[in-house]
Amino acid sequence: MSTRVLPGFRLSLGITLLWLGLIVMLPLAALAARAFGLSWGDLWRVWSDTRVLNALWLSFGIAAAAALANLCFGLLLAWVLVRYRFPGRRLVDALIDLPFALPTAVAGIALTSLYATTGWLGGPLHDWFGLDVAFTRLGIFIALVFVTLPFVVRTVQPVLENIPNEVEEAASSLGAGRWQVFRRVILPELVPALATGFALALARGVGEYGSVVFISGNLPNKTEILPQVIVGKLDQFKVGDATAIAVLMLLVSFILLLAINVTQRWAQRRAAA
Amino acid sequence: MSARTEPRWVRNLLITVALGFVGLFLVVPLVAVFWEGFAAGVKVYWDAISDPDALHAIWLTIFAMLISLGINGVAGIAAAWAIARFQFRGRSLLITLIDVPFSISPVVVGLLFVLLFGSSGWFGPWFKAQGIPVLYAVPAIVLATLFITFPFVVRELVPVMQAVGSEEEEAARVLGARGWHILWRITLPNVKWGLLYGLILCSARAIGEFGAVSIVSGHIPGKTATMPLHIELLYNDQSGAYQYNAAFACASVLTLMALVTLIAKAVVEWRVERKQRGDGIHA
Amino acid sequence: MYRILFILLMLISTGSAADQVLLNASYDPTRELYKELNVAFIAQRPGIEVRQSHGGSGKQARSVIEGLEADVVSLAIGLDVDEIAKAGLLPSDWRTRQPGGVSPWTSTIVLLVRKGNPKRIKDWSDLARSDVVPLVASPKTSGAARLAYLAAWASAASAHPGNDAAVRAFMAGWLKRVPTFDAGARGATTTFVRRNIGDVLLTWENEAWQAAAESKGATEVVVPSMSILAEPPVAVVESIAKQHGTLELATAYLAFLASPTAQELAAKHRYRPRDAAVLAKHAAQFPPLKLATVDEAFGGWAKAQADHFADGGSFDLLVGGN
Repeated sequence: MSTRVLPGFRLSLGITLLWLGLIVMLPLAALAARAFGLSWGDLWRVWSDTRVLNALWLSFGIAAAAALANLCFGLLLAWVLVRYRFPGRRLVDALIDLPFALPTAVAGIALTSLYATTGWLGGPLHDWFGLDVAFTRLGIFIALVFVTLPFVVRTVQPVLENIPNEVEEAASSLGAGRWQVFRRVILPELVPALATGFALALARGVGEYGSVVFISGNLPNKTEILPQVIVGKLDQFKVGDATAIAVLMLLVSFILLLAINVTQRWAQRRAAA
Repeated sequence: MSARTEPRWVRNLLITVALGFVGLFLVVPLVAVFWEGFAAGVKVYWDAISDPDALHAIWLTIFAMLISLGINGVAGIAAAWAIARFQFRGRSLLITLIDVPFSISPVVVGLLFVLLFGSSGWFGPWFKAQGIPVLYAVPAIVLATLFITFPFVVRELVPVMQAVGSEEEEAARVLGARGWHILWRITLPNVKWGLLYGLILCSARAIGEFGAVSIVSGHIPGKTATMPLHIELLYNDQSGAYQYNAAFACASVLTLMALVTLIAKAVVEWRVERKQRGDGIHA
Repeated sequence: MYRILFILLMLISTGSAADQVLLNASYDPTRELYKELNVAFIAQRPGIEVRQSHGGSGKQARSVIEGLEADVVSLAIGLDVDEIAKAGLLPSDWRTRQPGGVSPWTSTIVLLVRKGNPKRIKDWSDLARSDVVPLVASPKTSGAARLAYLAAWASAASAHPGNDAAVRAFMAGWLKRVPTFDAGARGATTTFVRRNIGDVLLTWENEAWQAAAESKGATEVVVPSMSILAEPPVAVVESIAKQHGTLELATAYLAFLASPTAQELAAKHRYRPRDAAVLAKHAAQFPPLKLATVDEAFGGWAKAQADHFADGGSFDLLVGGN
């Protein structure tokens, strides 16, 4: 890569900055301006409202739980897809991206109809185990697991594919059992990818609206996600309050992602030592 | 050699669990969409997807998608050119900023455009005075979709352009080729699969957008309802016994589009693999 | 460049071959009614199109103020139209400019309960029981919710005349047991019927009857001893209609709503028509009901809104923030 041997730097950068500025930065600036226009009193009133706090806790909590579930199953799926050959492997690999490709509203109504007490899955769950899924927190969890399924798989797969055989063979020739090889040799290699996948899944899960809004009960303080609170404020055209909640959401997300980043760097340094 | 692989039973167990997970979470919902769509009969299904409001919704969805593809595609190529081929101060910041639309909730995106084009927004009053409706009309839907699909093409192009390297382009430059010629004849053909991949992702996201569009559209059937909004309207409608099935019928149309997206992605990936294997010989 | 793009978008977004298109911004439960009304209207004037938008009455009013380009509004409460007038989109004396009067039909609020009425809910006073979970839309956005709120208040006021504290205690009691406040009446109906939340739904008379019919007996209508008179208004949003060139068409639309055809359709959907002849014909499906009016009981809508539903009003105080 060289600077300025190739032409078009100013033009390409100019177009990029212009379009980025217009379509991304300008709207965000409007949000910042509105946020700074709020008084501390307003911010405090909105941020300390129990309904908002409950939604915040619910959104982040369930998103974290779903991201964790996908951490386990994502790792499993990546392993199975990379290491094993079985009929239909290519099909399954392509299907993993379904949550990315499928419109969130379609996922929302499909999951709701499946897990309602009259649904294919919800019916047996209700009759045999007394478990209600649709319109409960469990429903929100299931929806978020669906939506964030591909993140961990897709970040782990390339790393897993690139682990050289020699490392594993060397470890096993030194007498390590298979589980030990996995735990001590392979898993540490995957930690950065797992952390990235988890962070992406968490970020997506917190802000998700379309797939969750149908299956959650939207009962304030019980099954109401944070984006739904924002929508409620916008229904009443309380744009200032909506802005305050949006800022809260962005702040908490930012802090969480920063924490994950820092932890990941620390883990990497420890592993290297 | 024996500790290189797991015992057979572990292998089979893992595969079974993985397949079960995929079946339960991915395949069953897919089947459910088509089942519910046809559950009330083929006539209801057909009426639902040939309804004028549904057809307009499909048209509007594709319209927003095409504009996103066009504008974000061109801007994506420009951005990838700047980022992958040059070093400059602020390059990392630019990359971070381009990724911002990914990390914002769709509902917040909707709020952004209300802040810009609402009656007390920055540009709302001006557009209103000009008689140009933005909020609760098609322009707001297009703008929200543009915001959300902004990063897709760039993100796919940059690694591919970096992997391909700039030797061919520099050689062409030394031989006197002009910028557009280089871009059109050398760069784009080299990265065409990456570009296609990015365009596919961009289009899938554009079609599927719900939260942001739900806030800025007026939900007017036949005018400002995209397909996902139309599906929501039908789903929540209680006026007829079959609106529920009609919602799933329309959902099945979008599901088919999603499946086509998956197939297209798989084809592109296969082509890229083939090319990489081919390139390995003369790299 | 942007202007060309937007003009292009506008041209494309009208998306119809009709000469003239009307947009009617209506409140939430009127979908079925206007579907039929619009078909009848278009039959009289071929070549035009009528589009609908639905949502909570207050929310729709604010959408129009924010830029929703409705030629006609048909909302739940006159107050919501007054808000649009305050924003300058229609004249403040809109009530006098209607060819068919302010509202072509009236309605009221009734109770919808589960099959067999297991909690034996007969009247407003039953809301006070701690084992009853009431459901109602949000008074901040829905017309039905505001009417139901006032109807409940009025019933308590007549049961405890002069005792404001008792009325407030009654209201606070049942409001606190409402699990969720949907943005519109139709949303509340969906929550009640499809999600099985709540024991009794407070909603429009027409909405309750329709839900009972649609649910095939899973829900029943209970008519309380008294209720409140609702006069859902219609109005032409003159500034937008003038801009679109649809002023004449919009006015004709409103006149149509007062015509016998429209009145018959309204009665069929359980709205109480103004036309005395049509009303008499369908008297059987409109049980006699003692109806309080907002003017008598609450000093008019503006005062009711300020006292109860505006920020800091009784709803906020009794429920504790939203």
